Amino acid sequence: MGKTSVGTPADVSVRRRGGGATFWSDRLFRTVVVTCASVLGLLLLFFAYELWQSSTLSIRTFGWRFWVSREWDPVRERFGALPFIWGTLVTSIAALVIAVPLSLGTAIFIAEVAPRWLRQPVSFVVELLAAIPSVVYGLWGVFVMVPWLREHVQKPLVERFGHIPLFEGPAVGVSMMAAILVLAVMIIPYITAVSREVILSVPQAQREASYGLGATKWETIRRVVLRYARVGILGAIILGYGRAVGETMAVTMVIGNRPDMSLSLLQPGYTMASVIANEFTEATSPLYLSALTEIGLLLFVITLFINALARLLVWRVSRGEVHY
Amino acid sequence: MRQRGIIAVVLALAVVAVLAIAGCAPKRGTTTASTAKVQITGAGSTFVYPLMSRWSSEYAKLTGVQVNYQSIGSGGGIQQFKEGTIDFGATDVAVSEEEEESFTRPFVQFPVAAGTEAVVYNLPGVTQHLNLTPAVLADIFLGKIKKWNDPRIAQLNPGVQLPNLDIVVVHRSDGSGTTYIFTDYLSTVSKEWEQKVGRGKSVSWPVGVGGKGNEGVTGQVKQLPGAIGYVELNYATQNNLTFAAIQNAAGKFVLPGKDTGEEATRAAVERLKQDIRSSAVNMPGENSYPITGFVYVLLDKQPKDTAKAAEIKKFFEWTLKDGQKMAAELDYVPLAEEVVQMSLQKLAEVP
Repeated sequence: MGKTSVGTPADVSVRRRGGGATFWSDRLFRTVVVTCASVLGLLLLFFAYELWQSSTLSIRTFGWRFWVSREWDPVRERFGALPFIWGTLVTSIAALVIAVPLSLGTAIFIAEVAPRWLRQPVSFVVELLAAIPSVVYGLWGVFVMVPWLREHVQKPLVERFGHIPLFEGPAVGVSMMAAILVLAVMIIPYITAVSREVILSVPQAQREASYGLGATKWETIRRVVLRYARVGILGAIILGYGRAVGETMAVTMVIGNRPDMSLSLLQPGYTMASVIANEFTEATSPLYLSALTEIGLLLFVITLFINALARLLVWRVSRGEVHY
Repeated sequence: MRQRGIIAVVLALAVVAVLAIAGCAPKRGTTTASTAKVQITGAGSTFVYPLMSRWSSEYAKLTGVQVNYQSIGSGGGIQQFKEGTIDFGATDVAVSEEEEESFTRPFVQFPVAAGTEAVVYNLPGVTQHLNLTPAVLADIFLGKIKKWNDPRIAQLNPGVQLPNLDIVVVHRSDGSGTTYIFTDYLSTVSKEWEQKVGRGKSVSWPVGVGGKGNEGVTGQVKQLPGAIGYVELNYATQNNLTFAAIQNAAGKFVLPGKDTGEEATRAAVERLKQDIRSSAVNMPGENSYPITGFVYVLLDKQPKDTAKAAEIKKFFEWTLKDGQKMAAELDYVPLAEEVVQMSLQKLAEVP
């Protein structure tokens, strides 16, 4: 009878003891999740292998010089990745420098400071920003931000600080600066949303204990809440950084796509993801294709490296070896 | 637990049954209607895409034959055609001798349409067409002429108030046939350009910023005072951009357009007959616009499906004859009669 009536006490007790049906479904479940996990792992290995395989021609032709050469000449087939590595690192790191304080401030406001009725609307707006497709950010960048930036930011900067290499002219609009700002706007919602969740998950008892000891609101947030949530916040920053490194469309539309290495934020630049997106479709010669694939491989390696570094940091922070 | 298991099994069976039925349906469809509905697939050049869609919809109305064209880029079109996944490829740059060696099957290539490229600029207060010589144009793109009021530009344009403004070169950042035709032109008219930069779908630009696609270049030029760039003519006219008259091989300043482009294709026909890969830039002729290029179609010479090949042949015969009128309506250049005849001869090589 226990076979047909679901949920009777007898049935439950049978399952607890490890009856046939449960054993079978557990095994199935286990197989399914193990398969899912290993497919992801295999996919990663497959990507790495495939990228390596397709870039061998370029690796053999240029060797380590591919990493340090500043030349990118598809006509004479001389390729070097340094300007793209430079552009990718500068834009993503600078975007992070702008986005992290803003996002953390917003997250703290939503979770700790804002009155209850304001939390939902502010969170909603932030999440809405995350849902906008990157090509829309790009269009907004090209038609709204870039002209404004050129007239009201870059021109005054060149006039006053043009002698400093960081702000050397001319002010064209499309530039590293434009890419950095678009990237910052794009990653703010990610870092904010995740940080907010992490801060909200800090147990209330922690805060109450802090207040109980006579701490002020600021002291509680600084020493208790943020300290408790630091690993999660680091995770949020890594997530944002990952997005900034890989972003293609919006960056391509505002960065000016010039494989130069300039200290000036007002000069056009180029990123690794952008050059692949721009040139892959019309690259016909084997060496050209291979060089573009090697840039993909480099991007892959750099992303892995940064992730590993971040993991290490998370690990050390969670063990309390690093203080901030 | 058990009941859920049973439900799952039933659902799974239902899914399998639906898939099986769905799998059978098209099979039945194709066996009965294979003669009535022919599907031709092609891919390649983004430049020819608007014209190809127009041709495809008009031709479907006339004959019921479906032509599906995917604008994946000329390079992609050649690649797909080489691998045999599509019926025809379309490219802005003819398949080179070098590339041809990697083909495993014999094929034929011929022009089906042409286009002109406009040199567009944004100069506040200047609404007329500026005159530019090849030497000045090359030096602007080489970064040697830096200001709009440079005496070399002023000398060509008496009476025009040229502002004291930095020239900002805007070029395509993505690999494109448009860039190939433009750099092919600059390489033809300037030794220095040929040695320093050369011709290609992507080149190492001496100066300037890159915009993605014709629309990217158009957008940049439109909002940046002092900018100069090159786009296909229809982008210039649709966005009300001012464009330059370029001095042609005969020494005349000509504007891009269907008549001046057609004149250039006519002048190119003798060279094309000798070598189909010859470019159409800087052609002789009083009214030839010098920055003109062809769109080529690639077809199999030994098709497996001969019935389908006959349909493909009919379609391109139609584009070369009736289709040319539509080219003019969409700001493309209709091929001169001589070029049409030559293309038809090439088409006849397909069995």
